[in-house]
Amino acid sequence: MNLELRKIEIKDVVFGEETGVKDGVLTVCKQDIIDGLKEDVNVKSIKVDIAKPGEKTRIIPVKDVIQPRIKVEGKGNGFPGVTSEMVQLGSGKVNVLDGVAVVTIGDIVGFQEGVIDMWGEGAKWTPFSKTLNIVVDIEPVEGLDPHTHEATVRVAGLRAAELIGKAGKDAQASAVEKYEMGDIFTEASKYPDLPKVAYVEMLISQGLLHDGYIYGVNSGKILPTLIHPNEELDGAVISGNCVAACDKITTYQHQNNSAILDLYNRHGKDINFVGVILTPELTTLEGKFRTCDYTAKLCQTLGVDGVIVSEEGYGNPDSDLLMICKRLEDSGIKTVLITDECSGWDGMSQPLADTTPEAVAVVSTGNVSHVVELEPADRVIGSAEAIATLAGGWEGCLQEDGSMVCELNAVIGATSEIGYHNLTVELY
Amino acid sequence: MSYKVLYYVNQFFGQVGGEDKAGMAPVMKDEKVGPAMGFDQLMGEEAEVVGTIICGDNYFNENNEEAIKFIVDAVSEKKPDLVVAGPAFNAGRYGMACAGVAKVVADELEIPVLTGMYKENPALDESRAKAIVVETTDSAAGMKNALATMSGLAKKILKGEKLGYPEDEGYFAQGRRLTVFSDKRGSERAVEMLLARLKGEDFKSELPMPVFDRVAPAAAVKDLSKAKIALVTSGGIVPNGNPDRIQSASAQKWGKYNIAGKDSLEGEFYTIHGGYDPVYANELPDRVAPLDMMRKFQKEGLIGEVYEYFYTTTGTGTSVGNSIKFGVEIGKELKEAGVDAAILTST
Amino acid sequence: MSTITTISESVGANRIVPTIAIPYPVGNPNLSKVVEEDLREKLVRRAITALGTEVEETTYF
Repeated sequence: MNLELRKIEIKDVVFGEETGVKDGVLTVCKQDIIDGLKEDVNVKSIKVDIAKPGEKTRIIPVKDVIQPRIKVEGKGNGFPGVTSEMVQLGSGKVNVLDGVAVVTIGDIVGFQEGVIDMWGEGAKWTPFSKTLNIVVDIEPVEGLDPHTHEATVRVAGLRAAELIGKAGKDAQASAVEKYEMGDIFTEASKYPDLPKVAYVEMLISQGLLHDGYIYGVNSGKILPTLIHPNEELDGAVISGNCVAACDKITTYQHQNNSAILDLYNRHGKDINFVGVILTPELTTLEGKFRTCDYTAKLCQTLGVDGVIVSEEGYGNPDSDLLMICKRLEDSGIKTVLITDECSGWDGMSQPLADTTPEAVAVVSTGNVSHVVELEPADRVIGSAEAIATLAGGWEGCLQEDGSMVCELNAVIGATSEIGYHNLTVELY
Repeated sequence: MSYKVLYYVNQFFGQVGGEDKAGMAPVMKDEKVGPAMGFDQLMGEEAEVVGTIICGDNYFNENNEEAIKFIVDAVSEKKPDLVVAGPAFNAGRYGMACAGVAKVVADELEIPVLTGMYKENPALDESRAKAIVVETTDSAAGMKNALATMSGLAKKILKGEKLGYPEDEGYFAQGRRLTVFSDKRGSERAVEMLLARLKGEDFKSELPMPVFDRVAPAAAVKDLSKAKIALVTSGGIVPNGNPDRIQSASAQKWGKYNIAGKDSLEGEFYTIHGGYDPVYANELPDRVAPLDMMRKFQKEGLIGEVYEYFYTTTGTGTSVGNSIKFGVEIGKELKEAGVDAAILTST
Repeated sequence: MSTITTISESVGANRIVPTIAIPYPVGNPNLSKVVEEDLREKLVRRAITALGTEVEETTYF
């Protein structure tokens, strides 16, 4: 497969008459977005705002973050299987509005939505304080059941990214990234001496607000699946979850999966990056045994020497992470795990809910309970009070002056377990 | 301004006697005795040892309450900024005494404590989180080096300076996991770590695997038909409105609710747990905390009664430290209420 | 009573009753009401039996 991501550098976003890009400035026609999204009868109203890095703006409660793009050559614009017709992804040319993110907010569906601060202390802890954010506030019609509410908001966010992405159709790219990888045998014969490495990406698949979608298929329904890294980079995997804001993989982070990108960077140089295995984290013990056995078996079938395994979430999925690790290590495959930890406010608690001695190489992406103090914002897009019910917040953590204390749990992308952000943990 | 240090030693280092004096009751000397002298010299102008407590190792361990009271009174009298004990090297009873000092002074009096032990000292595990425990050799031959390291750290502690990594500063890691920024993103560090492993090079894991303890099983209930059984859950099942505002993740508290006369939790309870799809528990909370069946068994005579209080908290993201605290607190209440056994459900 | 009993074992529980699924440990919304209640009754009965049984190490009921 051969995929070209053509980065159009966007330096500013403004509202205007017509959606388009000129001289690095993205103009968004607010009404077009609103009209486009209201085509869904379950959408009652839409508000669109812009939040820029450095502004004393707080966005809350955040559901998802999506990168606006448009496919200029090849099939598969939008999100096949979800917002557009089913096609094979992973090839072609995609114009990317680099530096822009669509952030969805709205009536809270569940406890796991999060916060993004565009300035100050809060900005350090989320990668999305550095993107020009187009915030889409989606209000669904009354009376929707929770599952429909979630689906409505999810699809609206993806559609918004599609509509905005159109702006990049004829724009000039300032950088082009090429992702080319043939079949396994071809690549192995090109690099016979390089160690074969696979990436196992665990996806939380545990029901409402804990789902992932691959070409629109709910990850709770799949067996572990081999997928070409280009497919994920091209939009095949989207987020249906807010497992906890800190470590949920946003759609943006699937489109720009850092583990895939960092492995791809080394492909043909020090490793032979063989592929990606998507593994669901299920809610039954039998399901966990099945997926962990299956994942290990796929790795063994691929004949890999090493595997990077990333988790999504914490608690019960720690069990899957460690079971996969043990099965791989026992069969002679070397692993590195990427996970966050629940070490308590004081950092003195055991980091994981489960343990196995085979896990000798682990990257920690932060303690989800690390407490941060966020200053009052000049502008809140959304509802500041939501923090009281978010995971990582609590009743009373929002002060009258607008400042708040909360755990990293509530901050979007803070402890990303695909290693997207740069936190680590040290032992004192 | 010179800081004040109160020093604790045992009968041997306090130059009173050996094993024959291990039963001596604690005394307070205004002078610097034994290692306190060396420590005081190393602190120079920055701090002064204002008193040395000498106590027999056997006395401390056998008359714990009196010994602790002595320490508390001494601290109250001398008002030190730092308490130093030992170093105990590999001496177990001395180490336990230092651990006892650390516990009361650091936890209850909230004054920093510094000590030193050999890595195999049986008292190390219970001391390291409460005091800064410098790593020493296994015998008093290492006194000079131990005091040098201890005094260096003491100066930082007194000035409120952040200590460096345990391995660099020479003390045992306390177990504190501190989140900091790295210059590389997590995935890059993972790829580098894997490459090191594949090449057989050294690497350092960022997350040592936890070791959990075993819990001794309680004796079985002799006569279930007369037993009082409590229902406890970590599934976040709370009364409508979550009156006690238990958190959706990383719980800082638990709740207890009167369920006397209720045959089920339906309609009056729901879940605030942020870690699972709540739809099914909200429809019928007994799917998580099965009061309905417990009540049925009570009516049938299989069990004596269901304890009138139902205990709950949220499991997801809740630290092991808090979980232990909740377990101990809830267990104490149940025991005092004459409860014979508990059913704990989790999600 | 828990679903991911590998964790229960890791943390040192002694009397363990394996349950159905994380969002509904003692239930199953996919079953009819009568069947689901019967399922719940059987699971809780096992738990009570466990409380009345001597154990020396981790034991499943």
